[in-house]
Amino acid sequence: MKILTGNDLKTGSVVWWDGQGWSIYVDDAVDVGDAADGIMAREEAACRVNNPYAIDGEKTADGVRPAHIKDRVRAYGPTVRPDLTLKPADPEAGNWVI
Amino acid sequence: MYRYDKYDQAMVDARVEEFRDQARRRIEGHLTDDQFKPLRLKNGLYLQLHAYMLRVAIPYGTFDSRQMRKLAHIARTYDRGYGHFTTRQNIQYNWIKLEEAADLLGELATVEMHAIQTSGESVRNISADQYAGAAADEIIDPRPWCEMIRQMTTFMPEFSYLPRKFKIAVIASKVDRAALRWHDFALRIVKNDAGEIGFEVYAGGGMGRTPFIAFKIRDFLPTDQIFSYLQAVLRVWNRNARRDNIHKQRMKILVHELGEEEFARQVEEEFQHFLTLATDFPQAEYDRIAAYFAPPPFEQGLSDEIDRSDPEFALWVDRQTVAHKAPGYAIANISLKPIGGIPGDISADQMDLVADLAERYSFDEIRATHAQNLVLPHVRKQDLYAVWQALTEAGLADVNLDLVTDIIACPGLDYCSLANARSIPLAQKIAERFADRQRQQDLGELKIKISGCINACGHHHAGNIGILGVDKKGSESYQLLLGGSGDEETSQAKITGPGFDENGIVDAIERTVERYRAIREPGERFIDTYRRVGMDQFKEAIYG
Ligand code: SF4
Repeated sequence: MKILTGNDLKTGSVVWWDGQGWSIYVDDAVDVGDAADGIMAREEAACRVNNPYAIDGEKTADGVRPAHIKDRVRAYGPTVRPDLTLKPADPEAGNWVI
Repeated sequence: MYRYDKYDQAMVDARVEEFRDQARRRIEGHLTDDQFKPLRLKNGLYLQLHAYMLRVAIPYGTFDSRQMRKLAHIARTYDRGYGHFTTRQNIQYNWIKLEEAADLLGELATVEMHAIQTSGESVRNISADQYAGAAADEIIDPRPWCEMIRQMTTFMPEFSYLPRKFKIAVIASKVDRAALRWHDFALRIVKNDAGEIGFEVYAGGGMGRTPFIAFKIRDFLPTDQIFSYLQAVLRVWNRNARRDNIHKQRMKILVHELGEEEFARQVEEEFQHFLTLATDFPQAEYDRIAAYFAPPPFEQGLSDEIDRSDPEFALWVDRQTVAHKAPGYAIANISLKPIGGIPGDISADQMDLVADLAERYSFDEIRATHAQNLVLPHVRKQDLYAVWQALTEAGLADVNLDLVTDIIACPGLDYCSLANARSIPLAQKIAERFADRQRQQDLGELKIKISGCINACGHHHAGNIGILGVDKKGSESYQLLLGGSGDEETSQAKITGPGFDENGIVDAIERTVERYRAIREPGERFIDTYRRVGMDQFKEAIYG
């Protein structure tokens, strides 16, 4: 699947296109197919996202998994500070990145 | 310490308001990302993997308790309760919001701090010996020149759009604690036969994709000609640099392409021209700046005795303190390298504690080191025990200065958008592998440096053992390098051979270290043994 990501313009938070807007959870990401360029241009022009780009991902039993490790780090947070990630209560969550 | 005058303060305050307006215009959509990016970079604001990152300048690594407390406040208020000391003696925050960045800069300005020229194509924060003004082996405090160069190169129109970044270091002792020759431009203060003080000048060094060790371009430059000389160097580079190719824009590439002799010839020609323009500072200006760095009022008649009856404390004293120029005083190093911790990271509470200790025991001075540690430069020996106790309670009393667990590591793929691989988990694994204190002491000085990509912020080229993270078809891989050094016998580390995965590289390091232990001669550090026997001995141990 093709998914869209970027950073929230005001806060810098990592965000994923969920079909309606931008979510901080990668599992909300939807397959945008061929529509990536149009969505990115519109959302960037409306200042709702900074520096958006399209990446390959995969829908797995555990949710949406970006193909590249860099985007998995972005989706999860710093692996060396699990307390600052989106899954602070799950000590194994960092393994998903690798 | 230098204090802002009304002009410094006015400039920094104006810059905050200028940035406030730029950020507002970006958020409201009047500026595109392409337009805004160079503006935010001029103010040290990057966009990294998880958020904006702000790099705050700590000129030549010197700051005080008031500034440290403000840094702690910023960590709590604008970030997530911590900061990260970098290899340029700066501090950076990882979780900054664009909508709050101008307020943050405004708070920094109240304690005479800013983030100007901590990024972008400019003269970056000038680095210096972290023991400046305290070291027993220095000729004179190098910081007045650092400060004058800082002022001269800040906002200077001709050098506002340099081809790339430009890094300067200044030291004043034979022993190099600032990785001098890994800089674009570097000064070592020396005395000539007539007893006059001047600069030994180096140019064309740098790490990154194409590492070069700076060459000595001048044996002796009178100190009052430094502005002319530095401007000449910058102008020759600015005029000839390969602006067409981002990988060839650093001055080291120009020096390499022109050749040292031709580069020096052009600099000399330009230098003679600058001398006629009278742009150098008058003695009165040096005296004015130097007065800010006058030695603190050291007590006379103090004893050099230290009560070593607590063995833990004695260990800390032996490893973490260094000879001071004033009798009865010591330089105390604070490790930011706890076993399993994140090199260079410090919590807001720890920052406050260090500020308290500096205020109470170190004439209110703190230093940041390029090895991502902190220093209390002027501690009475009789106060060391109290300092150690407080550090111990705060988790800041590790005993590993320059040992195998005192690892330099860049933020790597855990934070950095340019990274290929993670650096920090590797540093943690290596530190855990070598955690045994006796083993560390037995191995002696051994500097491991890790970069998450070829940009080399983790100084892997200068590591006795260097590690470079590379991307191997979408997964992390690590190259191992040996033989680098950032000290007065600067050398560039060489790649051992094929790379490793995360666990493999830790094993490879252990094999390297064990080979050193097996073949070292009495008194030899790792780097000495490597230089004596060469790479092959180690290759054989690593790859079999
Ligand atoms: S060396 Fe590379 S990965 Fe590490 S901080 Fe620098 S740019 Fe980022």
